[in-house]
Formats: sequence, C-alpha cells, structure tokens
Amino acid sequence: MSRIDQRFAELAASDRTGLIPFITAGDPLPDSTVALMHALVVAGADLIELGVPFSDPMADGPVIQHASERALARGVGLTRILGWVHEFRQHDVVTPIVLMGYMNPVEIMGAARFAELAVEAGVDGVLLVDCPIEEAAASAPLRSAGLQQILLAAPTTTAQRMAQVCSAAAGFLYYVSFAGITGADRISLESVEAGVAQARQQAKLPVAVGFGIRDAAQAQVIGNFADAVVIGSALVERLSSARDEAELCAEAQAFLAPIRAALDAARGASR
Amino acid sequence: MSPSISFKIPGEAVDFAAFPDANGHFGAYGGSFVAETLAVPLAELTAAYDRLRVDPEFIAEYERDLKFYVGRPSPIYHAQRLSHEVGGAQILLKREDLNHTGAHKINNTIGQALVARAMGKRRIIAETGAGQHGVATATVCARFGLDCVVYMGATDIERQKINVYRMKLLGAQVVPVTSGSQTLKDALNEAMRDWVTNIADTFYIIGTVAGPSPYPRMVRDFNAVVGREARAQMLEHYGRLPDVITACVGGGSNAIGLFHAFLNDAQVRIVGAEAAGDGIATGRHAASLSAGRPGVLHGNRTYVLCDDDGQITETHSVSAGLDYPGVGPEHAFLKDAGRASYVGVTDEEALAAFHRLARSEGILAALESSHAVAQAIKLAQELPRDRLVLCNLSGRGDKDVHTIAARERITL
Repeated sequence: MSRIDQRFAELAASDRTGLIPFITAGDPLPDSTVALMHALVVAGADLIELGVPFSDPMADGPVIQHASERALARGVGLTRILGWVHEFRQHDVVTPIVLMGYMNPVEIMGAARFAELAVEAGVDGVLLVDCPIEEAAASAPLRSAGLQQILLAAPTTTAQRMAQVCSAAAGFLYYVSFAGITGADRISLESVEAGVAQARQQAKLPVAVGFGIRDAAQAQVIGNFADAVVIGSALVERLSSARDEAELCAEAQAFLAPIRAALDAARGASR
Repeated sequence: MSPSISFKIPGEAVDFAAFPDANGHFGAYGGSFVAETLAVPLAELTAAYDRLRVDPEFIAEYERDLKFYVGRPSPIYHAQRLSHEVGGAQILLKREDLNHTGAHKINNTIGQALVARAMGKRRIIAETGAGQHGVATATVCARFGLDCVVYMGATDIERQKINVYRMKLLGAQVVPVTSGSQTLKDALNEAMRDWVTNIADTFYIIGTVAGPSPYPRMVRDFNAVVGREARAQMLEHYGRLPDVITACVGGGSNAIGLFHAFLNDAQVRIVGAEAAGDGIATGRHAASLSAGRPGVLHGNRTYVLCDDDGQITETHSVSAGLDYPGVGPEHAFLKDAGRASYVGVTDEEALAAFHRLARSEGILAALESSHAVAQAIKLAQELPRDRLVLCNLSGRGDKDVHTIAARERITL
C-alpha cells in the first residue's frame, strides 16, 4: 500500500479529516524547506504538497506566483527539490509527499528520468496542473515508475468527464472549489459541498478540497464533507515574511494549529 | 522529450494539411495541456468551432467581412526595384499590411469574434505583445458590440504607447500585467487566469497559433486565407507556384497562414524567419525553433526557450510581436518533419531590410515582417533571376517608427 493510500486509510479508520498544507519549495528560505516540512508534520499535516516553482504558473494567483518568483530567483529547481525530499525522508518515512507543479520542468528533465529520481527520493504522488486526462500519455512514465498521479476535478467537470477522471485518478481526487486561480476569494461553501457530493457519486478515492480555503472556519465546514482540506495560498502568504528558520517553523505551526483543531472538532461534533 | 509518434510511412507522401489529429496533436506537438477547469470549456469551443467552420452561413459572413471590412483579397506585389537591387530571384510581397488595422491579425479576430457571438459570449479577452493583436481584437469587438479586455505586459505598454491608446479609442480596457517578465508570455498567462475565472460568459481570442487545442488549428484556419489567396494569385498572374515562400515566425500565425495552402506542394520550399535578436550565439533572441527544445508552454507541446530546470527564459527581439519564448506547435511539427526550415534573422538584418524596402519600394514594413523581408532578400540572392520568392508582408510599420527612431538615436 502506498503512503498516500495508507494515510487516507488511517484517517478514515480514526474518522479524521486530512490536513494537506501546500508550500512552494524553496520559499521563502531555500535552506529551511526540509525543516519547514517537518514543522508542518508536527503541526498536524497528514500529507505535504510541495510546489515546484515554474516561471509561468497559469493556474496560480498572485501569492503563489510571487512565491514561485522568489524561489526561482534563488535558483530552486527540480533537482534541488528532490534532494530536499530525500533529506526529509531520512527522518520521516510515513508522511506522504505530493509534488505539485507544471509540465515543462518534468518534460525538460524527461518524464521517465524524473519519475525514477522522484521515486528514489521518496516522492509518493505528482499533481501536474496542466496535464489533464487528454494528455495521459505524457505522464505515463510517472505512473509506470510507481508515482500516483493526483488528478483534479473542477466545477466545470461534467458528470461524464468525472467518470473518466475518477477512473484515471490515484491517491485522492483533488476537487477544485471554484472556477478560478489559486488563492482567489471566491469560495462558496454550498456549491463546494454540492460539487463534492457529485464527485463522490463516481469517486472511489478519497476527495480533498482545495483552492481559496483560508482559515479554520472554512476548513471546518469543508471538513464535514471532504476527506481532506488543502491549504495553500493563505499559508504561503503567512510564511512569506519569515526571516529565519525558527520564525518560519513557528509561523507554520501557529497558522496550522487552529485549522487542525477545527478539523478535529468538526468530525467530533458530527459523530 | 523526443517526438514519439512516427507519421512518415516509407514510400508514401505525407498529407501535411491533414493535421492536427482529433485531439489536436501535430505529431508529437500541440495537444491540450491545461488545468482541469478549462477542459470542458475547450471541448465546448471545439464542438462549436467544428460546427461553425462547415456552416455555409458562418462561412459567408466571415468572407463578407473579410471582403468589405478587412479589404481582402490583399494583392501580391512584385517588388521589382528591390529584386533588381538584390540581383537574384524575383521578390513578391503578399500585402497583408494593406488589411484594415494594418496586419494579418484581423483575419483571425474576425473569425473568432464570430465564433464568440455564435456561442453567446459577450465578453472578449485577449493578450497582446506589440499591441497588433490587441488592436485587431478591440476593432472587431467594436464592430460586433462586444466587451473587450486586453492583457498587456507592463513593459510592452511602455514600448507601445500608441497601440495602447488605439485600443482605448476602440473602447477596450487595457490591463497592465506586472507578473514575470511583464511581456507577451505573461500577458498570455494573465488572460488564461481571467478566462478560467470568468469561463461562463467570456471568450478568449488567442492571437497566435499557440495555446491549447483547438486554438492552433482555429487560428490557422482563419489565417489560411492568406495562403489560399496567394496560391490562386500566383497561378493566375504568374502561371505557376513560387519556388520559395517565407514569413516571420514569432508565435507563427502569419507564417502558418501563408504556408498552409502550400504544404502539399512539394516543389515549394518553405522557410520561416525567427527573431535572432542580437544573434543566436548571444542568447539574446527569440528563436524557439532554431535554438529551443521540445517542452510544454501555454497549453501545448512545442519548442520552447527554457533553462535546464525547465524555466522559460526571457527573450529578446527588436520586434515585440516576435518576442515570445514558444512557437505554434504546427511549426514544431513541420520543422521535425523536414517540410519547413526555420532560420534566425537578427535585429540588425531586419532593420537593414526595413530601410531597404522603404527606399526601394516605398513600403514601411512592420519590424516583424522586416525579418521575413530580410530572409526573402537572402533567399533571392542565392537564386537565379527567373525564380520567384514569395514573402508575407504581414504588417505595416507605422507602429514601429518610434522604435526605429529611438534605436537610431533620432528625437521626433
């Protein structure tokens, strides 16, 4: 059983909602990415989404765009990021890691070579924002190397397409809470609930919800009907001004602690 | 990655005009590399376009606008004095610069605006580099009564003030893009972000043969009128096809527009002129096909300019319209298939061609098109006088006089 599947099985068994923080690898302090990942786990992360910065992040809002620009300015690229995952794995062999990013860095490294190195480093899943099911051939080497390809479902995904997405997805289904870019203030909790309910008709996999979730209150509502909640832009923004590693890790814990508590309270209350 | 799909059957001629396939792939290139949110809207666009492109009423309206609004057909002009000066083959110019708004771009924006209207979309967005596509989009939006928002890099807004003002005069809203390198590629990113956010009522008019499927095909089809006309005009006025055809290639819409009708004429040599900027060896250029590698950018697989980490690199060209780190996937396909060749033309060569054409023929070519003129001159020099080189003069140079003056240290 993969680390991702294992983790979702544990969450289901203990009736907890998963917390998935997203950070842009190398931002704001490249040398502290591994320490930050460990801090996320301490703060209650069940899975870590590690963003691979790209020069042209078409699906991202300003917060993650700027984080990517900062990381790129410090020379952060796939090879270094895989090194950080390897380093993280020296002390944590259970927390699943999903790399999230865009196709071009993978294409330039070569999908097969990337997959081999990613598996070796201890990456569990890959979410390629601009690689939908139509282009499954491009990501086939990732799947054959044993990486789980996380797929997105969106409010624009029709029922017919949802069936295709669900049959190709692995690990968990990432439901995009609105039609828009990451970090936008557009979330409508009712429509997210309806969307997740629709996805569940087809999805055998756990469903995580992401895009635009900013605080414990929103996370708590979504945690009532989703298997996991992804928090990206709000966390990245909070971390962006950290001056050193201690501050970075403290900020991460301070930000995630109330969200973790709210998620746990939500399930406790609904029981 | 290397092209994985073999399209060459030994002993059999390839039907180059038959691409892309049903999924928008030109061999290994093209496709639809977009976020999930856009997948269904793109499928809807594909279905609408495939219905409209064979609809006699749609075709008739498109052709009527090309004739009475754009001013088509554009003539082929024999640049006799230039040809004589060069001393080689005869240089013929396809005069897309004479179109309404001054470039080939309007062939595409009229077509897409008609598609938008048929789909019931009232809000149009577009990206622009030099401002030519933005102006052509603002123009057709005024013509059809549609709302228009144009994304333009902050750097380009500074470089192309006149076109920014033209767009505003036409009723468009011009939104400065301050992310990334603040140029065309970033404007495209921002337009995509707008589109994914306002998908229900918004139509994205992409200005070149890039983007996700069906854009490379649709934009090509709307510009292919250039080559269809040119091919018929060659047969009518010269009794034969040209020996070589050439056009400048940034994203590649005017080039594919000219090339497409000639793809299966094996005797016609096809040469694209890319922006070599300060010279390809300097790294300051925008020659994706000559110096890039296959990758994925803006929704399609094509040749891109990027570093070893896959990060898109900044480009340079004196002409803002060629200043783009990718290229239409069909050009990538034609390059690999050996059907077309692509060469770099430097800023200096393009400027020299600009002046030479102005002095010998009384035509101010756009800086983009001046790259094609420079390449036509090179090709003509290598060929005897009885040969014909057809060059797409894709746009007029009025928009560039300030740039040229500034470069030559002349205060206007």
